Amino acid sequence: MAKTLLLGDEAIAQAFIDAGGSAINSYPGTPSTQITEFVIKSKEAKEKGIVANWCANEKTALEASIGVAYAGKRAMTCMKHVGLNVCGDPFMNAAIIGTKGVIVVVADDPSMFSSQDEQDSRYYGHWAMIPMLEPSNQQEAYDMVFFGYELSEKLGTPILYRIPTRLAHSRAGVERRAALPQNPITAPSDPASFVLLPANAKRLYRNLIDKQPLFTQSSEESGFNKYFEGTDKKLGIITTGIAFNYLMENFPGGNCPYPVVKVTQYPLPYKMINKLYDECDEILVLEDGQPYVEEHVKGFLGKGKKVMGRLDETIRRDGELNAEKVAKALGREVEAGAAIPEVVTNRPPALCQGCPHIDSYNAVLDVLKKYEQGRVFGDIGCYTLGFNMGAINTTVCMGASITMAKGASEMGIFPSFAVIGDGTFGHSGMTGLLDCVNEKANVVVMILDNDITAMTGGQPSSAHSKLWKICAGLGVEEDHIREIVPLPKNHDEFVKILEEEINYNGVSVIIPHRTCLVELKKHLKK
Amino acid sequence: MKKDIILCGVGGDGIVSVAKIISDAALSVGLNVKQSEIHGMSQRGGSVFSHLRISSEPIFADVIPEGKADIILSSEPMESLRYINFLAKDGWVITNSAPFINIKNYPELDKVMAELDKVKNHVAFDANEIAKQVKARSNMVLLGAAAPYLDIEFAELEKAIQNIFGRKGEEVVNSNLAAIRAGRDAK
Repeated sequence: MAKTLLLGDEAIAQAFIDAGGSAINSYPGTPSTQITEFVIKSKEAKEKGIVANWCANEKTALEASIGVAYAGKRAMTCMKHVGLNVCGDPFMNAAIIGTKGVIVVVADDPSMFSSQDEQDSRYYGHWAMIPMLEPSNQQEAYDMVFFGYELSEKLGTPILYRIPTRLAHSRAGVERRAALPQNPITAPSDPASFVLLPANAKRLYRNLIDKQPLFTQSSEESGFNKYFEGTDKKLGIITTGIAFNYLMENFPGGNCPYPVVKVTQYPLPYKMINKLYDECDEILVLEDGQPYVEEHVKGFLGKGKKVMGRLDETIRRDGELNAEKVAKALGREVEAGAAIPEVVTNRPPALCQGCPHIDSYNAVLDVLKKYEQGRVFGDIGCYTLGFNMGAINTTVCMGASITMAKGASEMGIFPSFAVIGDGTFGHSGMTGLLDCVNEKANVVVMILDNDITAMTGGQPSSAHSKLWKICAGLGVEEDHIREIVPLPKNHDEFVKILEEEINYNGVSVIIPHRTCLVELKKHLKK
Repeated sequence: MKKDIILCGVGGDGIVSVAKIISDAALSVGLNVKQSEIHGMSQRGGSVFSHLRISSEPIFADVIPEGKADIILSSEPMESLRYINFLAKDGWVITNSAPFINIKNYPELDKVMAELDKVKNHVAFDANEIAKQVKARSNMVLLGAAAPYLDIEFAELEKAIQNIFGRKGEEVVNSNLAAIRAGRDAK
């Protein structure tokens, strides 16, 4: 069969369509966005009647998937690593339920190309006590979706499917399989399993514990984890996911002399790792992420054979893995490339020329000249780049602008601004605004409305065209919900509005509304 | 056969499209391909790069190790130097000589070109000028200039352009074809 050139993300999406997936509900986040986007744009998916939706946030998305599974169908929810924090509640409880037919794809971002942290999702999977898959290449990414659904339905468990940026956003040829039909609607075999009253939950948690040996057995026997014999037993190597590639890059033709356990399925294959430990003098653990496997193999006391990896900084603890880091860990001389000339200047990402956010920030910067103590609490999106204009003081997590502004204002910070985009407001700004209203916090909330979730490439914004009504509905006084078109010619009016609202002791919302230019260009092309 | 290529430039200049076309052509002649790129925050007008690996043998890593790239193909002169640590000793830099200045502290162009001159194998030419002449985008002109170094038949690149831009209509296909031909014939 001919190979199709697909991103790791797209391989997962295509496999979801081919493996009889019925619904994909997600929230965009780099580097996971292209999975759901691929399904949304797929003609095949449309013809098969597959539901493909962008949801308000990761929690609403995963809960929808649990609902899909309740109907007996195959579901997928995709997110970036920090999104898993947002849906931690349904994630943990989907595990207790023993939800069948749900794959949760989480894209981690080692080296933080587009993220706030390097958290490794495998700790979540371990915590929830469910099987995890971590493919090492695009073909495995495709195949493991099929396997994931089989495993999920056979053993009664959701699957955590982890990919790093380098797999999500790298293309390779992928061979497709014959498509499977979708599942018919069926009632859950154990209807009480979806009712997590303590009496049921206790029983279900015990079930989950009892299933652990079956999960491990699958890891030993499924064929995805592999033991490669080696002749030089001074060193035994464990690789996880794409780390295998960085190891093999160091051995032309893939002829590694050391025994290797290639892990792509969890729980860890106990027998394989035990064999490696017994056979070899020392162990090296290679993983693109935090030292999850290394911690387990080494143990708390670290007694026994020497285990090397990121914990002892044989490999630097932070940053993504690569072939050079592996070479150094193998004790090889690594020849450095040519030095980068000093003339090369940093070219950081910036807001597009003519971006509406620039006009909004110019107004804020202007008005803040009068208030030395004024602070601007920022949020997650393109407008985080306002930091480079000196326009925001904080960025912590989705929605934190409004709630941090509230907390700071209650401590006497004045004026206390929150700046949040329309997409992020829909994701997790609304509840914070309700807190502000209930406490009559003295804050000025700016909802930068550009009609789209721009940072991730233009997905619909859940609160689109509803911002004014939402704010009014939450109890913001109508006189203090102000709208303006952020354009240089409206600068003075914008500043005047800001001045007025700063001087109102209560919750003000200002909605600067102008379409994202990148989005506008897309529409003009059509 | 093995070609490790770093494609680089500034967010939005179409360097990822070039990578896609080479990948498509390589795959259609039965070569293995891996092509890694950057999306998201790192895209907005900042430096962008893509690692493209083509080989008749299996390819392991998605990224090219330092000092191993056969080609750096860049849409901007300063950007071509940003990844010079990846270039193999006998590798080639093929770059647009027209600077893209969206930062206040862009260095003096003479100094950038002087550094480029120090690279043993390099081709630098004004792709924007040629693009203007054929009324097409400069990224495709660059692809044309790089074509002789890729070890892939030119006709295969043309076919890939048909494949990828076909659904956008004949006009787009023809404009891109004109651009790669003009790039190939430049210098």
